[in-house]
Amino acid sequence: MINRRYWPTVTAWIGAAIVAAFIVIAIFAPWIAPFGESQSVGETWQPSTNTYWLGTDNIGRDILSRVIYGARTTIGVALVTTVLSFMIGITTGLLAAVGGPAIDQVLSRLVDVILSIPLLIFALIILSMMGSSLITLVLTIAVLDSTRVFRLARSVAQNIVVLEYVEAARLRGEGLPWIIFREILPNALPPMISEFGLRFCFNFLFVAGLSFLGLGIQPPLADWGGMVRENGGAVFGGKAAPLWPALAIALMTVGVNLVVDWILSMNARPSGASAEM
Amino acid sequence: MLRIIAVRVVLGLLTLLGVSILIFAATEILPGDVCTAIQGQGATPDTLRVCRIELGLDRPSYVRYTEWFFNALHGDFGLSLTNKRDILKSISPKFVNTLFLAGYAALIAVPLAVGLGILAAINEGKWIDKVANIVSLAAISVPEFFIGYLFILFLAVRNHWFPSLSTVFSDMSFGERVYVTALPAVTLTLLVTAHMLRMTRSSVLAIMSQPYIEMAFLKGLARARVIMVHALPNAAAPIITVIALNLAYLVVGVVVIERVFTYPGVGAFMIDGVSKRDLPVVQAGGLVFAGAFVLLNTVADVLGVLVNPRLRRAKTGT
Repeated sequence: MINRRYWPTVTAWIGAAIVAAFIVIAIFAPWIAPFGESQSVGETWQPSTNTYWLGTDNIGRDILSRVIYGARTTIGVALVTTVLSFMIGITTGLLAAVGGPAIDQVLSRLVDVILSIPLLIFALIILSMMGSSLITLVLTIAVLDSTRVFRLARSVAQNIVVLEYVEAARLRGEGLPWIIFREILPNALPPMISEFGLRFCFNFLFVAGLSFLGLGIQPPLADWGGMVRENGGAVFGGKAAPLWPALAIALMTVGVNLVVDWILSMNARPSGASAEM
Repeated sequence: MLRIIAVRVVLGLLTLLGVSILIFAATEILPGDVCTAIQGQGATPDTLRVCRIELGLDRPSYVRYTEWFFNALHGDFGLSLTNKRDILKSISPKFVNTLFLAGYAALIAVPLAVGLGILAAINEGKWIDKVANIVSLAAISVPEFFIGYLFILFLAVRNHWFPSLSTVFSDMSFGERVYVTALPAVTLTLLVTAHMLRMTRSSVLAIMSQPYIEMAFLKGLARARVIMVHALPNAAAPIITVIALNLAYLVVGVVVIERVFTYPGVGAFMIDGVSKRDLPVVQAGGLVFAGAFVLLNTVADVLGVLVNPRLRRAKTGT
């Protein structure tokens, strides 16, 4: 029997459509984009025409093509970061819940201290030391973000650890990895799904924000945050150039948030804690 | 109750100490140091050694940490590496600017968000709640710079209602300052209001599902009376926590906003330091932001204890 309560709402469908559209654009970018990623096609900051639908950017590249290619970089980086963050956060979170009070205390206090600094400020300090290569960027954000995942994973797992089947596995003499990955992980995953959407939004905005500040994804690659920065000056001349990539960022986040909102409403958890830094 | 507050304050101070260690350690543990950062590709072992002795980096790290920490306590953040200026002198006017902008935004955002949040909670499921939900979700999803540039394009450039650059000078009158910084302040307000509204709404709703509220309704009390007299005193603690948390978020949001409006604040100063790899500047900026963040969180904790009726009763020893 299908439960009507779980039926996606209209807003959830809109959200899913937006996300799906962006994913298709990201995958098939070279076939969709009318011009190349870094191909200079005309004058600087031309207005929208039939050839260049969204105009041209600060060095005369087609903005529409750059937005299309940018979907790859921006969404890709945020997705990889979030997956990595979940792998780190879930592993350490379950370890803290299962591994005994000593491990729990060390990990939890470390996370407390990291969370007592705004993540953006922390990221800035690390990036100023390491320089911002793509790998540094992904690793930095993933490690910082995993502190949030850690907290959730730990509290979810603590409720599971006390259940009989975990006790049974312990008495059977199973090792720690088995208990973590075979007994607890499968049961801890469902509540983590909506969290994945929220963390993705957060990381997505975080990467875009850092790129906007000039410290994220570096120039030859087209990415939405960086495009806003490159074209920021155009706005003072009354042109909309930086608004297009910014709009793409906004649409993508709204889409994911709409889907997450629907998932959350099924779990009946308070929503809206998506982008606090 | 005094004991609880004292514990919170001490915890806050300890966190601040931990944070300072972390900021310092981050520049120690990571590969490279100030000297490799300054010299970049052109570094040779000899020039690095000279540079390290010059900056005192050859001493053990705990010595340098204690020195840095106690100097920072006295307000001495050292000299900037790039222009050799006293960091305290360059950062303090910028700190005042950032504080002004953040305070401006908070003054609008807090009453607006709390009022609307309570209104949305009272009318749960009705159209006003739905509108508040969709608008705040959109405001949360949209990046700061999108709203910022949208305002500049339509309110400053196409219609000359506001200046497009929020440059402030020290000899500006208060009224002028308020006018010039209106756009960044409103942008910040929008972002923070959305968060605060949603969290206020859900904390009021959490209280509304308690048994004693149901009891009040069953007694036949009017809805407004139940909310104002029964629910709000207990919802006050979470709401105040929400306000302080979001003010802490505001402190960070200010970094991006300052860049959009080229506003001379601590955020812009720190970003400048990061791109020039000027570590003392980055450390000082990090300490200022982290300090504000910890302070606001501690204030939230203390206020949460003060306004909670249950904790207040504990004082009389019943």
